[in-house]
Amino acid sequence: MSVFLNLVARLVLWLLLAPLLPGIINKFKAWVAGRRGPPVFQLYYDLARLWRKGVVLSTLASPGFIAGPAVAWVALMGGALLMPLGPAGALISFRGDMLLLIYLLALARFCTAWAALETGSAFEGMGAAREVSFAVLTEAAIISTLLALCIQTGSTALATMLAPSSGAGGMLLGAGLFMVLLAENCRVPFDDPNTHLELTMIHEVMVLDHSGPPLAVILHGASVKLLLFSLLLTEAVLPLGKLSPPLAATALGAGVFGVTVGIGLVESLLARLAFRRVPLLLTTAFLLCLFALLIAWKGGAR
Amino acid sequence: MNETANLLIGLAMGLNLLALGSNRLPTIIWAMAAQGMALGVMPMLIEPDFNWHVGLIVAATVAGKGIVIPGLLRRAMRAANIDREIEPFIGFVPSLLLGAGGAIAAVALAGMLPLLPEQAGSLFVPGALASVLTGFVLLIGRAKAISQVCGYLILENGIYLFGLLLIHAMPLLVEAGILLDLTVAVFVIGIIVDRIQRAFDSLDTRKLTALRE
Repeated sequence: MSVFLNLVARLVLWLLLAPLLPGIINKFKAWVAGRRGPPVFQLYYDLARLWRKGVVLSTLASPGFIAGPAVAWVALMGGALLMPLGPAGALISFRGDMLLLIYLLALARFCTAWAALETGSAFEGMGAAREVSFAVLTEAAIISTLLALCIQTGSTALATMLAPSSGAGGMLLGAGLFMVLLAENCRVPFDDPNTHLELTMIHEVMVLDHSGPPLAVILHGASVKLLLFSLLLTEAVLPLGKLSPPLAATALGAGVFGVTVGIGLVESLLARLAFRRVPLLLTTAFLLCLFALLIAWKGGAR
Repeated sequence: MNETANLLIGLAMGLNLLALGSNRLPTIIWAMAAQGMALGVMPMLIEPDFNWHVGLIVAATVAGKGIVIPGLLRRAMRAANIDREIEPFIGFVPSLLLGAGGAIAAVALAGMLPLLPEQAGSLFVPGALASVLTGFVLLIGRAKAISQVCGYLILENGIYLFGLLLIHAMPLLVEAGILLDLTVAVFVIGIIVDRIQRAFDSLDTRKLTALRE
């Protein structure tokens, strides 16, 4: 019974808390630019509005057009349930659950790209191609990050891996993961969530032909992914396991908020990179994570 | 002492990657200068007690590699009116990967070398090998003369770091001589850059490969 309650509490927490992050980012961006900006709860209103709307279906699209976003959302929520929430621990934790997390993220990406290709639109194919080609580099970075944490703690369960800080390589890992976070969530130096110009977008162009509840599910899934990556970054860098539970919870909240504000700051200060410069930045992120892995490996041997 | 030295060498290895990944010449020059300064203060950390001899060498190295040589290069860059590497022979991503792979291989291989026990745990040898490799990649892979000079200087930084292992056996006068040679070399290259610029209206060394009567 308590496990069931725990599950429900976590699901509700992720469902309700995730859309807050894009709101905070937009509010912060507006503040930096001296505007009033949309309300923090804007994404909630958008989701409610989209949920009540009907769906426009292409005659070409197979059921995969609807199934894609749904499977992607379920995969992301599954990944979210694997993430330990600081002192509360993870709902399910077992040996090797970090591999499951990697595959769930990959499954979510595959399904979004699949649904995008269903429409038969050239633009969406272009967006899907960009998304998966950048993913080659970001996934390598995520895998080396998780490997570094594995070697450091001698465990392959996320709950024990993420409890201590990442030590000497923490700075490298933090910087690398932050870049990966920006790329994975289609944030500014890689993609601009505000533009609606098909030629320059990645994620936005993939969801161009979705409408109504499927679009709401995609938007909510994107915010869950953002929260998941902010959590991963915060827990990898901060030594939450060494703090007392209330302090750890506060530190976790403050860390996630800090990451969110950091994204807002990056978006306010930087312009989107030219496409041919993106692989260079992503390779840098990968190398930062790789060097953190190197430090973890050499530091452990000494 | 070992911790600080390792931190500085780690910084130098990071600057190697910055030099490899950047297409702006000021950034490469800056990375080279910062690396020279970071490695320049090394003798101070290795020598347990301070003496004026070491102090003088450190001051000369930092001033030479950190201020004089970058100053000369910036001057040449301004005179030639270029600040970007447009079409390198080896692209930025491949050269970054080469540099990183080299650094990782250097760390892995340094464990196999028969080093003195007190130097086994330090980053001296990996740092030196990684810098030498970075210098090679920059020398081979870049088309602009100024980036090639920076590659040459980063290569020299690596050799200098390797030489620090022998600091007790080698008179510091040798270091001073090398530093002087280096400054003269950069001086000469500055003049050559100016000549290339006047003859070809660009600094692309590819134009120097064909002979014409």
